Amino acid sequence: MNAFLNWIEERIPMMRVANMHAIQYPAPRNMNFWYVFGFLATIVLVNQIVTGIWLTMNFNPTAEGAFFSVEYIMREIDFGWVIRYMHSTGASAFFIVVYAHMFRGMIYGSYQKPRELLWVFGMFIYLALMAEAFMGYVLPWGQMSYWGAQVIVSLFSAIPVIGPDLVIWIQGDYVISGATLNRFFALHVIALPLVIVILVFLHIIALHEVGSNNPDGVAIKHKKGSLPESEKTKYEIHEYYTSKYDIADDVVPFFPHIVLKDLVAFCIFLFVFCYIMFFAPEMGGKFLEHPNFEIANPLKTPEHIFPVWYFTPFYAILKAVPDKLFGVIAMFGAIAALFALPWLDRGRVKSWRYRCGLHKVNLLLFAAVFVFLGYLGGTPQENWKIIASQVATVLYFGFFVALFLYSKNERTKPVPARIPK
Amino acid sequence: MRKLMLVLAFFIPGMAMAAGGAVHLDKAPVDLTDKASLQRGAKVFMNYCLGCHAMQYQRYQRTFQDLGISDELGQQYLQFTGEKVTDYITRSMPEESAATWFGAAPPDLTLVNRVRGSDWIYTYLRSFYVDESRPFGVNNAVFKDVGMPHVLQPLQGTPRMAHEEVMVDGEMKSQFVGIKTDGDGALTTEEYDQLVADLVNFLAYSGEPFRLQSENIGKWVLVFIVVLFFFVYLLKKEYWREVH
Repeated sequence: MNAFLNWIEERIPMMRVANMHAIQYPAPRNMNFWYVFGFLATIVLVNQIVTGIWLTMNFNPTAEGAFFSVEYIMREIDFGWVIRYMHSTGASAFFIVVYAHMFRGMIYGSYQKPRELLWVFGMFIYLALMAEAFMGYVLPWGQMSYWGAQVIVSLFSAIPVIGPDLVIWIQGDYVISGATLNRFFALHVIALPLVIVILVFLHIIALHEVGSNNPDGVAIKHKKGSLPESEKTKYEIHEYYTSKYDIADDVVPFFPHIVLKDLVAFCIFLFVFCYIMFFAPEMGGKFLEHPNFEIANPLKTPEHIFPVWYFTPFYAILKAVPDKLFGVIAMFGAIAALFALPWLDRGRVKSWRYRCGLHKVNLLLFAAVFVFLGYLGGTPQENWKIIASQVATVLYFGFFVALFLYSKNERTKPVPARIPK
Repeated sequence: MRKLMLVLAFFIPGMAMAAGGAVHLDKAPVDLTDKASLQRGAKVFMNYCLGCHAMQYQRYQRTFQDLGISDELGQQYLQFTGEKVTDYITRSMPEESAATWFGAAPPDLTLVNRVRGSDWIYTYLRSFYVDESRPFGVNNAVFKDVGMPHVLQPLQGTPRMAHEEVMVDGEMKSQFVGIKTDGDGALTTEEYDQLVADLVNFLAYSGEPFRLQSENIGKWVLVFIVVLFFFVYLLKKEYWREVH
């Protein structure tokens, strides 16, 4: 057996890569529950791909057949409803874990030097994920699929000069039609999943190059020769890391320590996931919107059109601006600002544990404003909500402006040299 | 903090305004385990609804199986126009004529419970009232100016809007209090409510025919995850003991 494994190893470095990137990867031992969401996102990605493959086997990507084929999967394929609900619940679960993952990065400063590209890759994943989810939502060809697509695709018409032609190019038709559904299907099952998988790969490679951050924002890798032997980790860490740095005894190996911790979180996540999937797959009309159980009808506009919950914060920003073009700019600006976060934050201290009180308030307010925008974008329009969403939009961008201003000369607490015991 | 106060100051009056509006809906007594009710509901559907509305995503046979009806009995009592037992529950009314006759083709009802909710359907079917200005002589308190005739009228009796004189702001005003029938229907009010409840129950079934199965499997899945959690947690504790 060993001879066989060696034979393989000499031809392709399976064990070396596994040791380097998983088994003997040094992870800070103070990683808390906020650090499980990356693992959970990977699990959900696998879930989406696997259930997606099986759904594709019976899905019919035409305007005439899509809605019927989804009900066919639900009713006539053995356990088709399990596969479909795993996929639909997984879409929302993906955004829940990704939002938590991003917020973790924000509170512990995981986007700061040297992790700027890691953050940017993550933001690209988020962007690709939004496109993926949007196109996936169109596929069942229900009323919200159709009218949601109508609203989102028409945003591109706000672009000066090329806008209207661009919309026709995206739709593949003069209106949203079977041609649109068909191309969204192609993008949803092949193009974007490929993009996401490649980006996730880059995200992980970038992570392992700079190393994991932690709740104290303290480095675990030290200059070669700077640590006495007694302060170096006693765990077996891959030479890829130990040959370049002294690894402090602040780390644990990824396997089994972090894997087991992630598995505990996975069980909790799975419990909630399965509860929703088996008992409340519509989640009160949030995960699967009620009007989407009615087949798309271009002649019948639904009373209220909402995107799915994970887009609603940006939808609220869009609606807050009275002008369509500026609304679209504000909406994309809201995402662009997140891209620029590593350069907008001029602080040197990573974790909010050691940063000023204003920073903590700013972060919490930002999270609250984001949730509130989500509420505003996902409920029927009322007069008070126009002003509310305008205030919330200003507060959303205010977070970045304030961060840029106070982070230059921030009064921070002293950061320990090593992870506190 | 001041920003926060400002936000709160904006929203508190708004939230009070957000409540209210919308028609009051009665709670539908849905119970998917009540096979007898589902069977009665299927009978009402096949006799009164299927003429105009289809249930085209669902097959007769699957329905019979789930409701505990044998194929023979089902064919004898619930299929009227010679379809095969394996056929989808489609209507015979042509799409175009339907649109001409009613203004809009009557919608498919397989998933109506997931679109409207059972409370809505339950209230809707008990909210028709006589309104001579409408083409079919009836209107609906839940769905204003609906294009549907009151097909259950022979059972319910002639429904009329009941008004009561109420004191509003120091003025006597006529207020809608509900639907009262002339008592000329085949059923009493209680019997009619039960019939609608059975029908709604059946529509709740048709929206998600695997609902009971889902909850049965779901229970065991959750139990399994709790057991798994217990072992994984202990294992994690064991490995992390030396770290902490």
